[in-house]
Amino acid sequence: MSTRLRIGFIPLVDAAALIVAVDKGFCVAEGLEVELVREISWANVRDKFNIGIFDAAHLLAPMAIASSLGIGHVKVPVISAFGLGVNGNAITVSPALHAAIAAAADGDVTDPMVSAQALARVVATRKAAGLEPLTFGMTFPFSSHNYDLRFWMGAGGVDPDEDVRLVVLPPPYMVESLASKHLDGFCVGAPWNSVAIDLGIGHILHFTSELFQRAAEKLLAVRAPWAAEHPDLLARLVRAHIRAADFIEAEANRDEVCALLTAPGRIEVTPELIRRTLDGRLKVAPDGSIRSTDRYLLVGRNGAARPDPVQAAWYYAQMVRWGQAPLSADLLEAARAVCRPDLYDAALGATAAPLPASEPADGVGEFTGAAFDPDDIAGYLAGFKIRR
Amino acid sequence: MDPSLKIVIVDENPVRAAILTEGLREAGMTQIMHLAATTNLLARVYEIDPDVILIDLESPSRDMLEQMFQVSRIVKRPIAMFVDQSDSASIQASVDAGVSAYIVDGLKKERMKHILDLCISRFNAFARLEGELDRARNALEDRKVIDRAKGILMKAKALSEEQAYILLRTTAMNEKKKIAEIAQSVVTASEILK
Repeated sequence: MSTRLRIGFIPLVDAAALIVAVDKGFCVAEGLEVELVREISWANVRDKFNIGIFDAAHLLAPMAIASSLGIGHVKVPVISAFGLGVNGNAITVSPALHAAIAAAADGDVTDPMVSAQALARVVATRKAAGLEPLTFGMTFPFSSHNYDLRFWMGAGGVDPDEDVRLVVLPPPYMVESLASKHLDGFCVGAPWNSVAIDLGIGHILHFTSELFQRAAEKLLAVRAPWAAEHPDLLARLVRAHIRAADFIEAEANRDEVCALLTAPGRIEVTPELIRRTLDGRLKVAPDGSIRSTDRYLLVGRNGAARPDPVQAAWYYAQMVRWGQAPLSADLLEAARAVCRPDLYDAALGATAAPLPASEPADGVGEFTGAAFDPDDIAGYLAGFKIRR
Repeated sequence: MDPSLKIVIVDENPVRAAILTEGLREAGMTQIMHLAATTNLLARVYEIDPDVILIDLESPSRDMLEQMFQVSRIVKRPIAMFVDQSDSASIQASVDAGVSAYIVDGLKKERMKHILDLCISRFNAFARLEGELDRARNALEDRKVIDRAKGILMKAKALSEEQAYILLRTTAMNEKKKIAEIAQSVVTASEILK
């Protein structure tokens, strides 16, 4: 007999494994009848997940950690045995800000240090001229997008709390707000950056994979007590998603995957837009110029689907850096415990292969600064001039 | 309830917001503001500095409101209703009804309970109203199809209107279907056979 599960998701390309697992029949093959429920806000996903309306959820990795730590909201211990994606975000700026950064840049603006320092000059010039601070959009206080922007700005000497405004906006509104000049830039996941480029109202300044080689993006989250009560269900769910991720990463399936993702009730953009993201070949400017990377969004390749406690520790360190959480050994341990590679391995029935040499030695690969050390977060944070 | 409480309603649906506003006024609340537009929602909320924010769960603006928990400069820090899990029944009821609430820290729980209960009942009433409207609309559509099918049958089989209707009804009963469904088949068939 098959078991019914309900999973909440937000229409983004990194929901790919969820959608393919259900719509390609991988869940059914594991005896799971999964209903995917599309939601409009992360707060909705979280609340419905917290109170048990959803059995599992597509969650921002930092949100899952914040939930386990009980910061910002109710404490609900969450675990993940499957990572829905690594990387996948981009920083997009208005044509005006892009021109200002290019003019102030001392070198190639595709280098995030050059662009961050140029941003600092633009910010200083605006301040001197008595202009309003620049406004950047991100998706949630506990989101990779928030930390991506902050890390990048901080590296150039811009204080994200003092020198600019960071505002939360729902992803579909980012584009509109950039067009109406309420925003000067934003950091968001696919497909929204590409939508802005196609409308001719933005330039992709950076793929966030240029800031960090490897940053967990979304997790397939379940409540810790649920996982403890239903180990077999969880293993089946994870297996279905491992198969889905493999299916997505096989290039021969790409047309089919794009069609599945853009079906009614799923992401509902053009398949071509999704394809750019999965191929890592993105139009970055209204003039049609293209930038490619093999690290744009990792759905399952290079071990991306196996949750990594180092990533959880890194996000916790970002929370501490920006004053969202105090530094303590207990909280660090609770954060690390969100990511459960052991349960991933159990579902797989084998120990996952070691990561390929392409992957960063410290697990993150930041574009600047010392390597991340999950056992010395205080030392790591001491390396940053700008922090709370 | 305390009439001095400042309440903000964030709802894209003006009719539902009006129904909720009316309910709150009847309960003696006087300071109720409705915000619909997403643009500058946060700025407006800061300006108004409400004690309670009621928001439609279908509103994407919820995530924007969540940012307020993080901004330490704000004197009054709103907290989500769901933070207090002691009353899981009312949390469930509010999610089912499709409404969520944010309240400033320190506001007494009993006072909030009244407001939330009122919200839930008004949201549910609105959903019922919408359901009735849908049903009425469907009934009207059904009537139109049945009328067309009757016309087709009257012409094709030289029946009176009543006989045509009886034929539709008996067929529906025999086939265990709704009259409107049979009528639709008649209309479709006649279009194909045209």
